[in-house]
Amino acid sequence: MDPAIYASLDDVTLSFGDHVILKNCNLNIVRGAITCIVGLSGAGKSTILRLLDGLIEPSSGHVYVDGHDLCHTPERKLVDLRQKTSLAFQFAALLDSLTVGDNVGLPLREHTALPDEKIRHIVDDALESVGLRHIYDSLPNELSGGMLKRAGFARAIVTRPELVLYDEPTTGLDPIVTNLITDTIIRLRRKLDGTAVVISHDLHSIFRMADYVAMLFEGAIIAYGPREEIRTSTNPFVQQFLTGSEVGPIPV
Amino acid sequence: MRALERFGERTIAFLEYLGGIIALMGESMRALFHAQIRYAETFLQCYELGIGSLLIVLLTSLFTGMVISLESAQQAVQYGIGSLVGGAVTYTSVRELGPMLTAVVVAGRVGSAIAAEIGSMVVTEQIDALRSMGLSPVRFLVVPRLLALAIMLPLLTIFADIISIVGGMWIAQAYAHINPESFISSARQAVGFDDVVKGLFKALIFACIIAFVGCYQGLSTRGGAAGVGRATTSAVVISIILIFGTNFIMSYLLFGGH
Repeated sequence: MDPAIYASLDDVTLSFGDHVILKNCNLNIVRGAITCIVGLSGAGKSTILRLLDGLIEPSSGHVYVDGHDLCHTPERKLVDLRQKTSLAFQFAALLDSLTVGDNVGLPLREHTALPDEKIRHIVDDALESVGLRHIYDSLPNELSGGMLKRAGFARAIVTRPELVLYDEPTTGLDPIVTNLITDTIIRLRRKLDGTAVVISHDLHSIFRMADYVAMLFEGAIIAYGPREEIRTSTNPFVQQFLTGSEVGPIPV
Repeated sequence: MRALERFGERTIAFLEYLGGIIALMGESMRALFHAQIRYAETFLQCYELGIGSLLIVLLTSLFTGMVISLESAQQAVQYGIGSLVGGAVTYTSVRELGPMLTAVVVAGRVGSAIAAEIGSMVVTEQIDALRSMGLSPVRFLVVPRLLALAIMLPLLTIFADIISIVGGMWIAQAYAHINPESFISSARQAVGFDDVVKGLFKALIFACIIAFVGCYQGLSTRGGAAGVGRATTSAVVISIILIFGTNFIMSYLLFGGH
């Protein structure tokens, strides 16, 4: 595998019964870059993140992360591989019975033998990275949408993973918080010196943070390239998506 | 042809359910065998699932013991066998009603709570988040609940047995003038220590049924809030049916018709 590629989907097809979600889908995630995946709602973008995190297996094809094929890998081995990857969920998915600090520190408590003081220090640092140091003892239901997402980011980066997957991080947020979230993703990518994949519908945010953009349509990647290439693409599907026009090859 | 298809679909669904429960049991036993136990969470569950159920178990057992005594005492005195009432109440409580009634009450209160809590965690992606962090939902959620129920249900059954007998004794004295000494003497003759142990063994098996069914229904929740509601209802219904069925089989095997 090309060392510049950190993860990839290789001819992946995924279906549940008769419902085909991905069909012969190919995608390369460039090492050390932010790749944004765009597409219509329900196109299967979040499914790609779950495949890259090993949470689901494709019906056929292969998913590679840092040279390891996640398909047909026993759960125990997947647990080890998942240490390199983190998924920041759309609604954060913090455990509502734990405080924010305990949520963020959970992977460290469960996977390392670090003393409590050291874990507290790392958690504080992770919360600081997302601008939330003062909420260590808050419960998830006491946070606003934007704070919840950033707390989810803190949990995702606390183990310093090589690949961070962000599922619709800006959906449902006001423009100011959207900018804050976008800046946070860029800053975290630099801090970890890792790779990121972001699912988003917010074009302004995407073209601020993305190094590469991929467009998913009808289960396959139909356009992929550096952000400027996609922004100026003459592909009628991409054009229609970027302009938000109701007229074009994408049925409304 | 359509009926045959439906029969086939239901058979597959049943086998899938059975396979899922067995897989959950296997994974839980593996976690227990490797001592992968979250002790703090287990103690918390002991309190929430066990102590939280104490009052309702005591009340239902008290009234059950009282009603058995009420139905049997006056009749027994009329036929001149009032001295056997203590034995009848104790025998029924310790061998059958104590373990089963406690299990049914706990299935209604705790089985539903387990399914609802885990089901909500599924639909809010908290279970996926655990897996994404490399944490086993079975070790994290199922094992503490299984252990808590395995510890607390037999303890609750002991309390249920005692309060049921005390309630029965009170009614026997109040309505049929059977003195407590005679009641206790009859109870001692009717029930041995092995009956108590077998009753508690039943409670242990019922605890496993409630924990595994509740957790499995929760973990297999699909479809948002409505799915959580369905999982909760199914957990209670399936647990209660299994408790009744298993109680019959165990009574046959343990007491052998004696």
